[in-house]
Amino acid sequence: MKPILEAIDVRKAYAAHVALSGVSLAIPEGSIFGLLGPNGAGKTSLIRIITQITGADSGEIRFRGERLRPEHAAQIGYLPEERGLYKKMKIGEQLLYLAQLRGLTKADATQRIKQWIARFELKDWVNKNVEDLSKGMQQKVQFIATVLHEPKLIILDEPFSGFDPINANLIKDEILELRRQGATIIFSTHRMESVEEMCDNIALINRSRKVLDGPIGLIRDQFKTNTYEVEGNGKLMLAHPDFEVVEQKERENGHFYARVQLHANVRPNDLLRYLIASVEVESFREKIPSINEIFIRRVRETMPETLVEEAV
Amino acid sequence: MASKFLLVAQREYLTRVRKKAFIVLTLAVPLLLAAFGFIVVKVASSDNDSTEVVDVRDDSGLGIASRLVSTAQLQFEPASGTLAEAKKGFQKEKHAGLLYLPAGLDVENPVGVQFYGKGNISLKKQTAVKTALNKAFSELKMQKSGLSQEQLDRLRSTIDLQTISLDDAGNEADSNALATSGIAYVLALAIYFFIFIYGVQIMRGVGEEKSSRIMEVMLSSVKPFDLMMGKIVGIAAVGLTQFLLWGLLSFGATSLLAPLLMKSVDKKAKTEMVAKADATPNTAADGPKTASEQAEQQLGSQDAQATATGQFKIFEVLGNLPLGTILFGFIVYFLGGYLLYGALFGAVGAAVDDQTDTQQFMFPITMPLILSYVVGVSVILRNPDGPVAFWMSMIPFTSPIAMVIRLPFGVPMWQLALSIVLLIIGFIGTVWVAARIYRVGVLMYGKKVTYKELGKWMFYKG
Repeated sequence: MKPILEAIDVRKAYAAHVALSGVSLAIPEGSIFGLLGPNGAGKTSLIRIITQITGADSGEIRFRGERLRPEHAAQIGYLPEERGLYKKMKIGEQLLYLAQLRGLTKADATQRIKQWIARFELKDWVNKNVEDLSKGMQQKVQFIATVLHEPKLIILDEPFSGFDPINANLIKDEILELRRQGATIIFSTHRMESVEEMCDNIALINRSRKVLDGPIGLIRDQFKTNTYEVEGNGKLMLAHPDFEVVEQKERENGHFYARVQLHANVRPNDLLRYLIASVEVESFREKIPSINEIFIRRVRETMPETLVEEAV
Repeated sequence: MASKFLLVAQREYLTRVRKKAFIVLTLAVPLLLAAFGFIVVKVASSDNDSTEVVDVRDDSGLGIASRLVSTAQLQFEPASGTLAEAKKGFQKEKHAGLLYLPAGLDVENPVGVQFYGKGNISLKKQTAVKTALNKAFSELKMQKSGLSQEQLDRLRSTIDLQTISLDDAGNEADSNALATSGIAYVLALAIYFFIFIYGVQIMRGVGEEKSSRIMEVMLSSVKPFDLMMGKIVGIAAVGLTQFLLWGLLSFGATSLLAPLLMKSVDKKAKTEMVAKADATPNTAADGPKTASEQAEQQLGSQDAQATATGQFKIFEVLGNLPLGTILFGFIVYFLGGYLLYGALFGAVGAAVDDQTDTQQFMFPITMPLILSYVVGVSVILRNPDGPVAFWMSMIPFTSPIAMVIRLPFGVPMWQLALSIVLLIIGFIGTVWVAARIYRVGVLMYGKKVTYKELGKWMFYKG
């Protein structure tokens, strides 16, 4: 699919450090794109360049094939990690103001605000000041403000922080619904389980460089170690020319759990044939690396050991 | 985008104007001003209302007592009985005091005149009694040197010094240094307070935006320059609204209270008349005294006329001032000064995390402002064409106040033009600097900012 947004060799340096050194990305239209990386990797810098809060030192951002311009701001929605609202302003007025700044007419904005308010059950709060709202409700208002102008590209930086599980689920459903309607979502988070659950593509940034990107399935395949998890009953032989038992746990009544890594050119059926011949097989599945594992592995490869613990 | 700038300005304006504090302050200040004015007039007139009586015992045989002229504030009455009785008498009658002129008083060298009073005698009373005595003695001396009473009456005159200013073309115009200085002072004060009050509001507003963490959301749809200028212009509109409402409401409140004031002034005038009428029969027997009394009354009416013409004169003087230039200059320096300082206040708000940290950056901003005000009302007001006045009215940081003080006294055209050009350059320069600090500062958290840091921010790219 054609990318809605491309970053081409983007560089950005501040006085004290380099934030981005030659990052290139392509975000397919209609996808949910996970932008991952440890703290201080350069994610926020990249997002701020995409949202035109700052500019890149060199390189280019293209929005639907065009060089990014201020007019594109109306098609981008941004929910920053550091987010807030005017405390002494009423919810309704605040949403209207932010929507108008994004280029919506007053009439359009008013109508959409009404719909969203009803959807998020905030009707009784429209004329309340922001400071009178709970944190969860403020977050809902912020989410509405981000998507009110029906942006084609929505950038969400840690969208679930501050939500209880029920509201987090509500937001997740809204994100999936927005994608279904054709929006593209850039999703920056540390919560790997939501990445695994929602993202189609990911990019991993570490120490100002992109260290990994692609469709989530392909990346998983790429990081597969040809390892299988086996549960069964009996005695597993520890040494075999075709495979290696990486881990084995004895359980009661002769049951066991084992992780078995196949040598190159050995197919899973070969292992299965051997297992059927020697033990009672209860379960057999491929061990697919979690994004979390991939994340840690990749970060560790590109970073000195001591810094990893801080970052992860 | 212009429409976004307007949206920002509109929000700043509406949220502030609808605040309870704004409404309360807008209504309260004119009422307080009117009430204050009312009280001042009331107190002043009640102070003048009370006529105090001084008993006079004249043993000198020079006829001093009959020459003491009563005024609205002080009325002289002959005391009866011995000195001891008179001393008791004035206290019993609750009179203000007893003036004792001993026997054998020398006209050329009057020593031994005594004034008895209850408790401490106020300086005002002492002066009034002394003035009356002085007049009486000098009249006596003049009569002794051969002047008739008629001649004496004619000698009395009130002095009205008319000052005339010559302009470059040699045209004469009434000048009134007091009125001119007054106008200069009021204009300077208005600019000074406006910049201070609303400049600090800009700083606070930016600080609030920063601490509420809404900046990143805002900046993804508005350019920092538009956001900053929108805020500055919006707050200026709030200030202008407030000043305008204050003006209108003060006018309304005073015109409502004016009838009440007039009443009390009328009453005062009446009691004065009564006091004079009372005074006349007491001294009816004394020929010269009556004459002087009449003269005094004439003088009184002359005074009244003088006050009336004085009021007309203020308008006359106003008419002779370069009003067009003053108004034009005031608007230019008012707006220019506000925008110049407003941008700097905005930058300070953006640079610091915590409102308490603003002090170190506030100082260099407020210093030229305070300096131009203090030097303005002391040095420039006294010597509006001097070198201090000239240089301060050229430097953009001090010119908004310094030049406005000079305007009513007349400023050469080339100086005004140069000063305005410099102000515009200064304004563009400060806005440029402020916008750069603002742009970086609003997204900078948890960092104690130094001047060195601010310097670096100027050169950050986009």
